[in-house]
Amino acid sequence: MWELVRANQRRSTMLVIAMAFVLAALGYAIGHLFLSGEGWSGLALAVILWAVLAAVTYASGDSIVLALSRARRIEKQHHPVLYNIVEEMTIAAGLPQMPAIYIIDDPAPNAFATGRTPQKAAVAVTAGLLETLSRDELQGVIAHELAHIKNRDVLYMTTLTVMVGTIVILAAVARHMIWFGGGRRRTSRRSGGGGQAEVFIAIAAVVLMILAPLIARLLYFAASRRREYVADGCAALFTRYPEGLASALEKISRTTRSKLAAANEATAPMYLVNPLKVSKAGLANLSATHPPIEERIRILRSMGGEAGLSRYDSAYRQITGRAVGVVPASHRDGQVTRARAAARREEADRRQRVRQATDALWQLNDFIFVPCACGTKLKVPPELRGRSLACPHCGREHAIQ
Amino acid sequence: MIILLVVVIAVLALAILWVAGAYNTLVRTRNDMRNAWSQIDVQLKRRYDLIPNLVETVKGYAKHERETLDAVIRARQQAINVTADDVQQKAAAENMLSQTLRSLFALAESYPDLKANQNYLALQEELTSTENKIGFARQYYNDAVMRLNNKIEMFPSNIIANMFNFSAGQFFEVEEATQREAPKVEF
Repeated sequence: MWELVRANQRRSTMLVIAMAFVLAALGYAIGHLFLSGEGWSGLALAVILWAVLAAVTYASGDSIVLALSRARRIEKQHHPVLYNIVEEMTIAAGLPQMPAIYIIDDPAPNAFATGRTPQKAAVAVTAGLLETLSRDELQGVIAHELAHIKNRDVLYMTTLTVMVGTIVILAAVARHMIWFGGGRRRTSRRSGGGGQAEVFIAIAAVVLMILAPLIARLLYFAASRRREYVADGCAALFTRYPEGLASALEKISRTTRSKLAAANEATAPMYLVNPLKVSKAGLANLSATHPPIEERIRILRSMGGEAGLSRYDSAYRQITGRAVGVVPASHRDGQVTRARAAARREEADRRQRVRQATDALWQLNDFIFVPCACGTKLKVPPELRGRSLACPHCGREHAIQ
Repeated sequence: MIILLVVVIAVLALAILWVAGAYNTLVRTRNDMRNAWSQIDVQLKRRYDLIPNLVETVKGYAKHERETLDAVIRARQQAINVTADDVQQKAAAENMLSQTLRSLFALAESYPDLKANQNYLALQEELTSTENKIGFARQYYNDAVMRLNNKIEMFPSNIIANMFNFSAGQFFEVEEATQREAPKVEF
């Protein structure tokens, strides 16, 4: 299992090379049709555009993603349960160090991971997620996110996003040029010398301009969905408890508010479930970053008391009816990894979880917590520092420091 | 003649490269196993540190449960005394400790005041999580041992393993007493 990263890398490299090839062909075609020179100038244009986009993306990095989603960094005292779960899963995944933990003040239950390397990774969860899920369910979700980190999915999906973005922009520019007659300059200059081969190349170039962005997008979405399945399988393996993630996904799919205020198309693949819209059940959606949630649940639930990647892969093939699985062949060793039984521990109820989550947010906003002898915990805004306050339940006076 | 020489040198170079690669993989796997073991150790120590606090807190509410509290303290001392060299003995002592802790938490269920105590709740979360961490560290350690042992036993990496004296790792087994005992049925 632990060489999954490497097996993934080989497969990913192939896709990145294929994308690079499409990008190069598109650039060449643009140069051939519209730029007075040879196709090479178009190719150079494509490479420059890609380099600029890549540089901007790389430089802005994770801090932007976290800032855009209005995530707040927490420490252990803010939410001990969440912190402990992340630490547990870091150990289970064998990551070199614990990722930074963030909370997003949003009622929609969701989570995401970011960071190009495990050393600079972060995981963010919404307050809604903390309020909705039990400990075992939260553990499954965190395991899924840490699997993204372990498998270097962030780096890979960012690379693909940049390439798809470049292809889409180039194709759009080229279509514009066709409409506004940008290509005429070239044909008039070399009139007479063309012939059938020239016409054929021109047609091929136009077809490429129309198809390239479509193909690039479909490849991108397929890659994103595959990574989601693999992360689900890894989550089952890390926790040895597929039911945790399955029941978390089930709860999330039942919530009505699933759209996250601070998510966009570029960051969508990193979330636990699609943060942009609810996918319709049964709709085979080719342009989705995430597989249908019901399907993910059914695969996890049909693992039949096992938690290994081989079993996940066969469950995937059985449920989706596809012949080719998602886990690289080198990791379907056929070994049986048994799932553990459900914990018999008493769970915090929803009220307690809401309290824990809101306490974390109060603390992040510098509220002062004053325990009263009657058992009440006063939460005082920072403006009242230095004044004294009576407990609303028993009337005892407290000095706010 | 020159061609033959080139072929011989090329074959030798490839062989050396392969030996180096196989050796490095073995070392990497063994280091992974050792890291995993130290992770278990860290969590076990953390558990030893938490237990006295827990016992003190429970004492304040459940004075009459001397027996269980003493059992926890004794199991902790026993686990500390076992040196980390013998994986099997260590595992046995730690399992004992886990079980006495579980009975302590079960006992706390019948004291509502204790269950509402913030300090107790925090300690319970810490200890439960530490138990989980021990479990996950053990899971990772055993996976690492399995990978190392497979490499040591399987052809062709076993040749290199024998050459450089790699020894097989020991699994950290959990055999819960409740699993071995026959279920007691009372009428």
